[in-house]
Amino acid sequence: MNLDFSQIVPYIPFILEGIWATLKFVSVSIVIGFILGTVLSLCKITNIPVLKWVADAYTSIFRGTPLILQLMIIYYAVPQLTGYNISAFLSAVLAFGLNSAAYISEIIRGGILAIDKGQTEAAEALGVPYKPMMLNIILPQAFKNILPAMMNEFITLTKESALVSTIGYLDIMRRAQIAGADLYRNFEALLFAGLIYWVMVYILTLLGRLMERRLRQSD
Amino acid sequence: MIKAKNLTKVFDKNIVLDQISTTIHQGEVVTIIGPSGSGKSTFLRCLNLLEDSTEGQIYIKEKEITKLKTNKLEIRKNIGMVFQHFHLFPHMTVLDNVSYAPQKVKGVEKREAEAVARKLLAKVGLTDKENTYPNRLSGGQKQRVAIARALAMEPEIMLFDEPTSALDPEMVKEVLDVMKDLAKTGMTMVIVTHEMNFAKEVGDRVLFLDNGKLVEEAVPSVFFDKPTTDRAKVFLEKVL
Ligand SMILES: Nc1ncnc2c1ncn2[C@@H]1O[C@H](COP(=O)(O)OP(=O)(O)O)[C@@H](O)[C@H]1O
Ligand SMILES: [Mg+2]
Repeated sequence: MNLDFSQIVPYIPFILEGIWATLKFVSVSIVIGFILGTVLSLCKITNIPVLKWVADAYTSIFRGTPLILQLMIIYYAVPQLTGYNISAFLSAVLAFGLNSAAYISEIIRGGILAIDKGQTEAAEALGVPYKPMMLNIILPQAFKNILPAMMNEFITLTKESALVSTIGYLDIMRRAQIAGADLYRNFEALLFAGLIYWVMVYILTLLGRLMERRLRQSD
Repeated sequence: MIKAKNLTKVFDKNIVLDQISTTIHQGEVVTIIGPSGSGKSTFLRCLNLLEDSTEGQIYIKEKEITKLKTNKLEIRKNIGMVFQHFHLFPHMTVLDNVSYAPQKVKGVEKREAEAVARKLLAKVGLTDKENTYPNRLSGGQKQRVAIARALAMEPEIMLFDEPTSALDPEMVKEVLDVMKDLAKTGMTMVIVTHEMNFAKEVGDRVLFLDNGKLVEEAVPSVFFDKPTTDRAKVFLEKVL
């Protein structure tokens, strides 16, 4: 076994640029996932059967099929169907956003259900309509409770994000592969990529712990 | 002001309210007493449509509110409710708790709503707490905020569901005092309570519920001294 890290040194800036590429698409994805997830969670707790059914079906499909399949369908099948030449970034953001919406909707649903029923009743008794009640009273409390779970989701997405290298999006993983191919040495580049992912996840985990501690203090 | 006619509520197959009929007049303070599970809360919750009644009618100011097409929010604007466990909004300051609903429900300007809220907080003796969050308050203070929050909507009717049952004994009086003051202003009040002295002193009438039935209905002096039904006698022996 001979490892030689000196050769990848010139490629380090190239690979590090992938951090930005990865974080950019993971962040956009989680925003999409959060907004769509909120809407889906509200559909799940209504007593309008159609909305409930649609939200449940959505969740079931996106959680019940591989993420890489969803990504491939959006990147390769959508152009075939519509003629629209979708970019790697947009495909990645869509696949990860739509996918995480399914998971996040379950997190938020749990967060809403964990709020004391008395909060809804107090708002109703005051004559507060559904929309401001959700926006001003229920969701702010639910979001606070689910912040740790959201942070976990963000970490999961960051790790899973390496999947987008398969459609040529220039994230950390893809760049490591390119460097490896250039050098005819994959091991060092992949190890380096692994180190970057690990550091990113580690920092996110620390941030999450910090946030949790803050929250506990404010209770 | 409030009229219930054969009001019946069935949960699953459980008859929780059984043909209750009564009239509550403007400015009257009516207390509801009865054993746990007798339907007191359910009766109160039917009055502001937190619970849909199964049969019978409720009229508020001569208008039937038990019709299907009733706008529940419109009815509730005029009926304040105070809960046993306060249900303050924990993420809002005391001032925001009190001024929120008038802004969102009636479209009152923020400054005006806050001015009204401050006046009400002064009335319940909590002027210095306006920027405090509920978790920093004692039970008695929380309940007084909850009363101020309900009053901020300027309701004509106030419902209280065991407002002092979750309080430590030393805090019961401060809440009852606020309610007494409110009664003096001529507010129509319906109060579920276990505070028999309060019912005697402040109440104009007592409704005794047992097993979903309105078993006895009388002025406090008569009800407490000479209850006519056995069930009321047994209950009073236990609690007095
Ligand atoms: N949402 C509900 N679903 C089913 N049963 C209920 C519900 N709310 C109350 N009940 C039942 O109705 C009865 C009366 O309850 P409640 O009105 O809370 O009594 P009280 O306030 O006098 O203690 C109880 O037997 C209770 O279990
Ligand atoms: Mg009760």
